[in-house]
Amino acid sequence: MRTLAMIRRVFREMLRDKRTLALMFIAPLFILSLVYFLFQGNTTTTASLATRNVDSSMVTAIKNKHITIHDVSSDKSAKTIIREHDYAGMLSQNGDKLTLTLANTDQSKSAVIKQSLQAAQAKLKGQVAATTIKTQAQALQKMQAALGAATHTPVNATADAGNLKAKLGSTSYTTKTHYLYGSKDSTFFNTLLPIMMGFVVFFFVFLISGIALLRERTTGTLYRLLATPVKRGEIISGYLCGYGAFAFIQTLLIVLFTMYVFKIQILGSIWLVLLINVLLAMVALTLGLLISTFASSEFQMIQFIPIVAIPQIFFAGIIPISSLPGWLQPVSYIMPLYYGASSMSAVVQKGVGFMNVLPNLSILLLFAAVFLVLNLLTMRKYRQV
Amino acid sequence: MTEVIKVANLQQGYGKRIILNDINLNINNGDILGLIGPSGAGKTTLVSTIMGMLKPKQGTVTVLGTPMPNRKLLGRIGYMAQTDALYSVLTARENLTFFGEMQGMSKAELQKQIPYATGIVNLNDDLDKYVKDYSGGMKRRLSLAIALLADPELLILDEPTVGIDPELRQQIWKELHRLADEGKTILLTTHVMEDAEQSSYLMMIRGGRAIAQGTPDDLISQYHVNSVEEVFLQAGRDQDAHASND
Repeated sequence: MRTLAMIRRVFREMLRDKRTLALMFIAPLFILSLVYFLFQGNTTTTASLATRNVDSSMVTAIKNKHITIHDVSSDKSAKTIIREHDYAGMLSQNGDKLTLTLANTDQSKSAVIKQSLQAAQAKLKGQVAATTIKTQAQALQKMQAALGAATHTPVNATADAGNLKAKLGSTSYTTKTHYLYGSKDSTFFNTLLPIMMGFVVFFFVFLISGIALLRERTTGTLYRLLATPVKRGEIISGYLCGYGAFAFIQTLLIVLFTMYVFKIQILGSIWLVLLINVLLAMVALTLGLLISTFASSEFQMIQFIPIVAIPQIFFAGIIPISSLPGWLQPVSYIMPLYYGASSMSAVVQKGVGFMNVLPNLSILLLFAAVFLVLNLLTMRKYRQV
Repeated sequence: MTEVIKVANLQQGYGKRIILNDINLNINNGDILGLIGPSGAGKTTLVSTIMGMLKPKQGTVTVLGTPMPNRKLLGRIGYMAQTDALYSVLTARENLTFFGEMQGMSKAELQKQIPYATGIVNLNDDLDKYVKDYSGGMKRRLSLAIALLADPELLILDEPTVGIDPELRQQIWKELHRLADEGKTILLTTHVMEDAEQSSYLMMIRGGRAIAQGTPDDLISQYHVNSVEEVFLQAGRDQDAHASND
């Protein structure tokens, strides 16, 4: 089997080229880690929080070194106050109801405020529970004492405890959070991760397969190969399977790394994530092989990166497509990464199933098929049968 | 005697550019055809056309009774390219095995043929070295071994003796003559006159045209000169004179 011989050769070449192996397997993890630390937000962030009519016990509970509290009394809307003073958020109280409005321009600040508020509520609840237990214990003692003396006093004692509970109950607030921008799910790394995952796979597979075929062209081995009865399809499928296997291992590594090192929860099926990545790798592979036709040296291949690879990332969903200028939006439909990354986001963040991403996957498959046919055609330049 | 290569009224080129014009050639089995001519004369284009890598623009090419281009027929041709098309991170043995498999050889055939092919080019002791550690001459010899590997009926060698020392050249020629005696056909391009003299049939190409063709002895007597080199020079002068008369 000639395809098998091709695959064996690709494997041998890859396994002996330690640097390329490192580039393929370690570089993506390095980039993702970098992105993780860059966008995870740092622990020294201080968020400014405006408070209006909030119980002093609550304010004290919220206070920590990451929060600066500004007490405001103006009647203006939370939005206006945040915008005027550039606060990260505003907390206002109306009876039992707390309303938190977050600017959400810096999601790490939003996270700090939310965490602090949750911590404060937990703290207050703890205090309430402690007080309740104490009061109940006193009531119990009272009851026991009364039990010895008369038979109708316990009723009063329990009523006392009930009252006390009701009074303290007012410290358990119901909180409602509003966002000026984005939603509660948006920590930036979460948004970025599925897109980065797709991009990293796309980029490295594109580069490595493209340069591999380019090297075959420039050293003349491709021509020599075509001087045997091998079919052009056998060469391409050898490449596809050979480099595809490495792309699969790369994807597996990236997925496991994000799951176990970053502790990112993948809501959908991991198999679906792998499938999307493999399809994306197939598109990158066939595109890389195709683009290498138009390059006459490795350096020229690198020159295609800003044209072919980089724009993909802008249309992959880092900037929501709907927020792009209208005339620019259709451009995303010719970007393979748009389909890959949006399916990946849907699976990782929303946990959608196979049927929901099927249309996107079919489009990716179509991309790969078109590039494949173009590859077979361009190889005619070397051998016309 | 069977006809192995037949080229009739061939015109070849890329796009509008014409590289070869009016080429006619008949080679029987057991012949060693030497294609000589200056660089850029169209030798490699003619070789590519005979192998069927290029479709003839005009005219016909028939190899081993099959009109070219024909993919399957490539399995019966052993080819050595002008540049050493080898995988440098693989060993010589892995290169031989890979190209052998591409040629359609079985494991058993490979086991038998690898020692034979490498024996001819004196590479037996370096079979398990990486090609990147090979010298230029060793790479040339490995390329030749790959061409010989499948014991093909037709050998096409593009500049086979470049970078090979005289002693080994002689050994290679001995082997090529032995193969020709067995009935194999050999086509080689060269601009070394010693190689041309060893061929049984010569075709001189200059400016895309065949300026002289025939057996070396016939050519020498036809041009009233003493060597193949002088035939080539004389034929070139005749071509220039003819062109300026037009």
